[in-house]
Amino acid sequence: MSAVQDLIPPRPAPAGAERRHPASRALGIGILALWLLLAAALVLMMIEGWDYAKFQRYAPRYLDGLWTTLSIVGLSIVFGALLSLPIAFARMSSNRLLNTIAYSYVYVFRSTPLLAQLFLIYYGLGSFRPQLETVGLWWFFREAWYCGLFSLTLNTAAYQAEILRGAIESVPRGQREGAAALGISKAVTFRKIVLPQALIVALRPYGNEIILMIKGSAVVAIVTVYDLMGQTRRAFSQTYDYQTYLWAAILYLLIVETLRQVWSLLEARLTRHLNR
Amino acid sequence: MSGWLSALTTALDPLCGPVGIFSLFGQNSLVACGDAGWGDEIAFGVKVTITLALATLPVGLLLGFLIALAAQSQDKLLRTAVGIYTTIFRGLPELLTLFIVYYGAQLGIQSILSTVGYDGGIEINAFLAGLVALAVVFSSYASEVLLSAFRAIPRGQYEAGDALGLSRTRTMTLIILPQLVRIALPGLTNLWLILLKDTSYVSVIGLADIVRQTGVAARVTKEAFFFYGIACLLYLVLAMISSFGLGFVERWAKRSETVR
Repeated sequence: MSAVQDLIPPRPAPAGAERRHPASRALGIGILALWLLLAAALVLMMIEGWDYAKFQRYAPRYLDGLWTTLSIVGLSIVFGALLSLPIAFARMSSNRLLNTIAYSYVYVFRSTPLLAQLFLIYYGLGSFRPQLETVGLWWFFREAWYCGLFSLTLNTAAYQAEILRGAIESVPRGQREGAAALGISKAVTFRKIVLPQALIVALRPYGNEIILMIKGSAVVAIVTVYDLMGQTRRAFSQTYDYQTYLWAAILYLLIVETLRQVWSLLEARLTRHLNR
Repeated sequence: MSGWLSALTTALDPLCGPVGIFSLFGQNSLVACGDAGWGDEIAFGVKVTITLALATLPVGLLLGFLIALAAQSQDKLLRTAVGIYTTIFRGLPELLTLFIVYYGAQLGIQSILSTVGYDGGIEINAFLAGLVALAVVFSSYASEVLLSAFRAIPRGQYEAGDALGLSRTRTMTLIILPQLVRIALPGLTNLWLILLKDTSYVSVIGLADIVRQTGVAARVTKEAFFFYGIACLLYLVLAMISSFGLGFVERWAKRSETVR
């Protein structure tokens, strides 16, 4: 016989302790207010300092700089992708020598600043003018634009090679073995089976690399290429108007954010068969 | 005390000290130390680069930690507020951030001083401007790394802290932080290497770092390839030393994990 006569009737679960953080709310409001204030100051500054003559003078230059930035980044990404193919394969090969060369290339270009690489190519190779003239390459290394493109290409090739290698190695071995069992040749296996799966893995890192390149390409302004940054620096040195930098910031943010949105749409579209 | 310390650093200087590379192999060459060559100038640049990177690191880490804390708060407004911060500073080129900080601080302080009645020119310390700009960029990337590390720590760890009667701060310092460091370390290692490379941008606003010093030497001697090659080599060595040292830190952080 139990000592308990009646059971405790079921009760509703205790109300969850409501965690409210007045401090974090206040902080959030404070920081947001600060952002709003900054934005208001920015708009006010632009309205107050509005000068139609300046706008007419510098707006086309900014668009020109924007185009230069986009074209130099686009071209270097494409050339870098082409250059990264042999590097990635050398990096994956079982040949010790090839492997070491590719690894050293990637290591050197990834661990030195782009600025130093650019100076080394533009000023450093530029000092070998007689030799370059005899080889017939002086026209290339004379132009800051070509040098910028060249160093951005070399730089991004190192990063892209690593992205590609990681992506290809992420495809399971069984995929290759399955293809071999079906009697598919190595080249077709790579093109039709390995590469599509690898590129999906590589999609996000590639997007990040493009964004990093857009940001990194600003350094070419220092060797007198008039990209967006270069035009901004020139406009600032002529007007001493702080707005010049703010316009550049807005344009850069616009490019990067647009690219990010486009890339996430692309990724959602290309990986829609993976959604369950 | 400080004389003794500076004597020690001079003796152990790897570039221009008594057993430095430049003093041993660079005698009577372009990189000789002293008035004859550029060795001591370049050694000074290396010192500036390392100092700047080391000074930026704690500021950026602390800022990034606070931002990561705010980014995972339950308050939507706070999340939005720090979201704007990271979006802006991860989207802007580092060079542009540096210029905005450098000239912005200069113009801002000048306008404040002119309201007080002082109308002189103002020169902002390039080191400080570089530190602020790099710390801001570093913190916005570090916050992402730390945020994903925070998310990797199960809720049960916080609840266990509550169950043991630990206060929020003690839960954080005793339970969460040690695990956080272990998870976030690879990402932070990457960010440190990026920071080391990004310090080269301060040469543009006139701070005497590696790129600046080798650039001056290149312009004077017309040996651009040689000096910029040295600059690249120095960065390479710094990166190697860092990854070597950080390997030790990583092993130290993981020492409690079982060997599998």
